[in-house]
Amino acid sequence: MPSDVDAVQLRGIGKRFPGVIANHDVDVTIRSGTVHALIGENGAGKSTLMKILYGVQRPDDGTITIEGKDVVLKSPTEAIDAGVGMVFQHFMLADNLTVLENMVLGAEKLHGIGDAARTEIRRISDRFGFDLDPDVLVEKLGVAARQRLEIAKVLYRGARIIILDEPTAVLVPQEVEALFVNLRELKDAGNSVLFISHKLDEVLAIADDITVMRRGTTVGTADSHTATKRQLAELMVGSELPSPETEESTVTDTVELSLDGVTLTDEFGRNLLTDLSLKIRRGEVLGIAGVEGNGQSELVETIMGMRIPSAGTIKLGDQDVTHWHTRQLREAGIGYIPEDRHRHGLLLDAPLWENRILGHQTRPPSAKGMWINRKGARQDTERIVADYDVRAPGIDTPARALSGGNQQKLIVGREMSGDPVLLIASHPTRGVDVGAQAAIWDHIKRARRAGLAVLLISADLDELIGLSDTIQVILRGRFVGTFEPSKVTPQDLGTAMTGGEAA
Amino acid sequence: MTSFNPKTIGLALLAPAIAIILSILVTTAVIAAVGSSPGEFWSTMFEMPKPRLRVDIVNQTAMIYIAAVAAAIGFRMGLFNIGLEGQYTIASFAAASFAGAAYLGGFANVAASIIVAMVVGAAWSGIAGILKTTRGVSEVISTIMLNAIAVTLVGYFLNNYGVKEGNTVHTKNLEPGSTLGGFAPFEDRDGEIWALSIIAVLVGVGFWVLLNKTRFGYDLRASGQSESAALASGINPKRMILVSMMLSGAVAGLIWLPALFGGARNYGTSFQVGLGFLGIAVALLGRNRPLGMLFGALLFAFLSVKSNDLTFSTDVSPSIVQITQGVAVLAVVVTYEVVRRWRTRLEQRAVSRELAEAREATA
Repeated sequence: MPSDVDAVQLRGIGKRFPGVIANHDVDVTIRSGTVHALIGENGAGKSTLMKILYGVQRPDDGTITIEGKDVVLKSPTEAIDAGVGMVFQHFMLADNLTVLENMVLGAEKLHGIGDAARTEIRRISDRFGFDLDPDVLVEKLGVAARQRLEIAKVLYRGARIIILDEPTAVLVPQEVEALFVNLRELKDAGNSVLFISHKLDEVLAIADDITVMRRGTTVGTADSHTATKRQLAELMVGSELPSPETEESTVTDTVELSLDGVTLTDEFGRNLLTDLSLKIRRGEVLGIAGVEGNGQSELVETIMGMRIPSAGTIKLGDQDVTHWHTRQLREAGIGYIPEDRHRHGLLLDAPLWENRILGHQTRPPSAKGMWINRKGARQDTERIVADYDVRAPGIDTPARALSGGNQQKLIVGREMSGDPVLLIASHPTRGVDVGAQAAIWDHIKRARRAGLAVLLISADLDELIGLSDTIQVILRGRFVGTFEPSKVTPQDLGTAMTGGEAA
Repeated sequence: MTSFNPKTIGLALLAPAIAIILSILVTTAVIAAVGSSPGEFWSTMFEMPKPRLRVDIVNQTAMIYIAAVAAAIGFRMGLFNIGLEGQYTIASFAAASFAGAAYLGGFANVAASIIVAMVVGAAWSGIAGILKTTRGVSEVISTIMLNAIAVTLVGYFLNNYGVKEGNTVHTKNLEPGSTLGGFAPFEDRDGEIWALSIIAVLVGVGFWVLLNKTRFGYDLRASGQSESAALASGINPKRMILVSMMLSGAVAGLIWLPALFGGARNYGTSFQVGLGFLGIAVALLGRNRPLGMLFGALLFAFLSVKSNDLTFSTDVSPSIVQITQGVAVLAVVVTYEVVRRWRTRLEQRAVSRELAEAREATA
């Protein structure tokens, strides 16, 4: 029963962090009583937008209108008061408490903590088919039930607009179906749902309206009844001309990295990577395209020695390095630009020169025997800051104070130091400004000309097409297609990535 | 760390300063609330200590400082070694038994006993390290349990194999050749600063060098700052956990040795309990920095020793200083975090301002 007033109107939302524009000119309208999908690659600005709507962050520009009223949301509490609730991808539940206790935690004033609350939970559960027993311990619940509990928590607090952050990422297909049934019930009761995802099949199945985000802004809307996966993929990955220009090939015949039948299983025996084989020659950039979460991180961590493959071999040059430890691999000349620089690439509270040492603890100029070579590390940091144009007041500045682009330039400079033979670059330009992006592309191209072998993983298809000599598409831990960048379009890749027929 | 501008130092001292002021205020309020005179309390506490107490303060500072360094080795790595208490209890007992048995004479006996203490301390903390790396047991839980086991075990050995003397039982006394003379800065009756207090200096300097100058220290700090970044940089987290846990235990083994070879001469009623927990508090107070902990150890030693005077000149119980100490630690943890956030914001602003200026200049 959609009413005339829109549930949420976001107009001209902008949010800047030092050196990064996370959102600009974002317009989204969620009609009342509908499921609205927000899609886009990781790093497109979806999560910032959600945080703004849920009061975690405040926008620099733009207005938020909820049910016809302009609001300023300073905290999640105010968002909940305005009727907006959010279910995070990582559940926020206390395992050792019951469903009831989790539900009332922090909302004790609404229905107390006793029978009144129990009745209310039963009512919500019955109304939407959540099948929740108030007195069961949460640790006994499966993933899908925990998710229903999270949704119920939000409803219990009076939300009418529910944000779901990639809710299906943790579910198996049957559970996804069941979730969709719940969502339709919610919608029929007049609630609005903002559904964030990058799985196009699911979006088309459940959403009424679709908004697509790319590079921090909304690039289009679509009607789920008429849109096709191909159109959405085009909008998501962009269809402009590749911006990093492809150059003539510098590929040599010397194989630097080869994977043969590499398989990785998780603790439950499920395959994360299945029978992956690849070869990267000196002077070659191999690009890996794929929707986030299809095994890219696992592939990188396996090559880097942070995970041990259950089958297959990895060779660096002529040496079998399958069981080498990360430090040995780094010493053998692998440079590593991790996908999450804050978690894997930097010591945020340490000065830049100490960050220069990270990952290079055992090699000159950072170390002399068992000692840290402070002078050598500092001098080399000065070199990186100058050569890679890291904008910082000095090498004693803590890494945290730098913008994302400058942090990333420091990492690129560091990983290019010491004559690496292989560079593993995971999303090297994610979350950096345009200037830094161009600079990083230049450095990768220059290193390739000098004979470096590069494994490039990126969600930016333009970047992949522009830099790679060969592109492999990964889907659910398998390679599903090989493309030549000069002949492929982002649309073809998008189709292969989302499980359409491989070209 | 390297830039010594006044603003940086001012910011670094801000948190402890606020903490001390807060603890003074809270202590004053508590004393006033129970109807005693805060003025009398503070004038007694701040009175210049008598020579005997001054010597005491130095000796206590040394032992608390060693304990603080032992705790800090774990903290810098992100490990919460609460087991210092058990580690130095069992190590002190082992060292006292070994030294009392007099397998060696004179200084050789002392040196060998120091090694025994370190090895036993390391082995005891190593149990927690192995449990964590192989079974994933939190070191907080295992070290607390090991504390209880250590105390019970030592009690058992002491009762069965110790020397009984009246109602008390202790390990064999050291031979006179193995006790170390100290340094008496005042008259003889005021006591001596124990010779092995020098261990505190060595441990402090060693800690600083290890952390700041060696690859191992870098790995340790990196692991403490970001486990994920450390792993990606090639550090083996399990090895780091085990090694730093054992190192922490080895240093913990040294805690009571100054007293053993100075005045106590055996492990018995003279054994001072609680130094391990004081060390943890001082490590928190001094933010795991060598100099910060020195200041903290001195403050705690001063408060503990000086509180003895309260019994004579005021009606305030000496245990009141535990409130002062407790509030100081709590407040420093909280204020440090607040100041750190504030500082990060300042730094970020400074960076963007400098860069903006640079841009304008080039434009």
